[in-house]
Amino acid sequence: MKVLAFAEQRENKFKKSSLEAVQAARRLADSLGGTVVALVAGSGVEVIAAELGPYGANQVIAVDQPDLARYSSTACAKVIATVAEQQGAEIVVLSASQMGKDVAPRVAEKLKAGLAADCVALTMEDQVLVATRPVFAGKALLDVSITTPVKVYTLRPNVFTATPGSGVAAVEKISVALGAEDFGSVVIDAKVATGRPDVTEADMIVSGGRGMKGPEHFALVEQLADVLGAAVGASRAVVDAGWRPHSEQVGQTGKTVSPMLYIACGISGAVQHLAGMSSSRFIVAINKDKDAPIFQMADYGIVGDVFEVLPELTAQLKQALGR
Amino acid sequence: MKVAVCINHVPDTETKVKVGPDGLAIDKTGVNFMLSPYDEFAVEEGLRIREKFRGEVVAISLGPESHKETLRKALAMGADRAVLLKDEGVRDSCGVAAGLADELKSLAPDVILFGKQSIDYDDGQVGTLVAEMLGLPSVSVVVKMDIQDGKVVCDREIEGGHETVETKLPAVFTAQKGLNDPRYPSLKGIMAAKTKPIEEKAALPAAVRVAAIRMRKPAAKNPGRIIGTDKSAVAELVRLLHEEAKVI
Repeated sequence: MKVLAFAEQRENKFKKSSLEAVQAARRLADSLGGTVVALVAGSGVEVIAAELGPYGANQVIAVDQPDLARYSSTACAKVIATVAEQQGAEIVVLSASQMGKDVAPRVAEKLKAGLAADCVALTMEDQVLVATRPVFAGKALLDVSITTPVKVYTLRPNVFTATPGSGVAAVEKISVALGAEDFGSVVIDAKVATGRPDVTEADMIVSGGRGMKGPEHFALVEQLADVLGAAVGASRAVVDAGWRPHSEQVGQTGKTVSPMLYIACGISGAVQHLAGMSSSRFIVAINKDKDAPIFQMADYGIVGDVFEVLPELTAQLKQALGR
Repeated sequence: MKVAVCINHVPDTETKVKVGPDGLAIDKTGVNFMLSPYDEFAVEEGLRIREKFRGEVVAISLGPESHKETLRKALAMGADRAVLLKDEGVRDSCGVAAGLADELKSLAPDVILFGKQSIDYDDGQVGTLVAEMLGLPSVSVVVKMDIQDGKVVCDREIEGGHETVETKLPAVFTAQKGLNDPRYPSLKGIMAAKTKPIEEKAALPAAVRVAAIRMRKPAAKNPGRIIGTDKSAVAELVRLLHEEAKVI
C-alpha cells in the first residue's frame, strides 16, 4: 500500500504545511502497513527533495522540469495524478493550503477519487480511515469516510505535526510530459509580503476588534504581534469598516485559524468570530466588558482597557523575550 | 457574454449549530438561511461583467425547493434568470459538482462564477471540481478580475500575499471577499425578481464518494480564568504563558 504526499514548495523551499502532510502520510502508512512516496514538482527542485526523508518519506519523486517553474493548477494536477497512477497510490495527501485546495479537486476527479478537504484528524476506526472535517467554520465536526478505491485528503495547515526524525529517502527524478493544453491558467506574478506571517500559517496571532476604536490604534496590535513574531488578525466588524484588509479577517466569513496562541484585543466574540478561532490552543482575551462572550472561550482573560493593557504586555514580553 | 453563477443556500453566520436527530447533519429547526456570503461576491461580479460586455447572468443552485429563496435574492440583485437543480438528498462535493457540471455543459457559459466556499460544509472544492469535469481552466480565491479580449487576468489570494494568474475564457472563477462590494437588491429589483423565471429540473444523480459517519460538536473548552482587571495583571499573564501554556 502506498501513500503519496504532495509536498508544495514555493521558491524552492518547502512550506511547513507540506512537511506536515508528509508526516501525516507517514503515520497513515504506519497504521495501514505501507510506504510513503513524497512528490515535489517544480523547476530546480531536485536538490531539495531529500529534505523530505526526515519527515517520513521512504522515497521522493522529483518532477523537476522548466515548464513547472510557474504554477498552473491544471499542469500540477496532471503531474500529481500521473505519479499517483504510476505508483499505484491508494491514498493521496496534500496540505489544504491555497495551492493544495486549488489542485486537490482536479487530482481527485482525475483519479475518480473521493476528496475530504481541510481535515483536522485522520484516525482508524474498525479498519476504516475516518477523516474529521470542521464544518460551519468549526461550529461542528463532521467525520467522513471515503468510499472510492483511491482517496484524496487535504490537511488543514498548522494542525498536524512536522518534527524531523532520522529517516532517509531515496530521490528519483522523473519527467511528466505536459503540453500547452495543460496550462489553461498560469501564474504570471506573485507578491508575498515579507515580515509578518499569514494568519493561516502563524503559530501566534494577535487580533483586534471594534474595541481598538479606530484603524490608527492597530499600531498597538502590530507592536505586540512583532514582539511575538505573530500574525495580525482582525474581526469582521473592523474589516467591514475598512480598518484592516480582509486577508486578516478571522471568522466564518474570513479565515479559520488554529495557532498555538491567539490574543483577542477588544474583540467581544460574535458567534461567527468564535467559530473561526476556537481551535486555537491557548486563547487570551483582553476586553473591558466582563460579559463579552470571548471570555467564555479564553484560557486567560484580562477585563481591562486594551489601551492600558496592550502596551504593558508588549513591554513585558519584549523584556522577557529579550527583543 | 453568458455568465453562470452557481450559488448555495446556507444557514446564516449567527446560527448556533445543533446536531440533528440523524446525527449526520444539523438540526434545521429555527435556522435562518441565506445566500452564502462568498456567492454574493460571485453574483455581483457576474452583474458587473454583464454591465460591461452585455449578455445574461444565469443563477444556478442545486438543492431542495427552499433554494428558490436564494435564487430569488440573486434575481433581485439583477440576475436575468435562474435554474433550480432539484435534489432532496445529501451529496458530497463531487456529487454537487457533477450535478452542476451537467447543467453547465448544455448552458455553455463564457464565465462560470462560484463563491470560494460555501459556508456550511466549507469544502471550497466544488468550483474547481466543476472546472475539471468540464475540462476548463479555473482560478480560485479571486480578489480581482479583469477581462479583455477573451483573456482574463486575476489576482488570487495566497498565504501572505497574492498571485496574478492569466487564463482564457471559458473558465471557472471562485470569488473571495474583496473582489467587489455586492449591491443590495433595490425595491424595483425585488419586485422584478418575483416575475423572473426559475426553471426547475431534476439534478443528475451522482454516486457517493464521501460518506458522512457522524456530525458532532467540538469538545467544549474549559471555562477560562479572569486573571485581573487592569494592567497589573500583565505580569501574571506573561508568567502563565511561559510556565503553564509554555507558548513563549
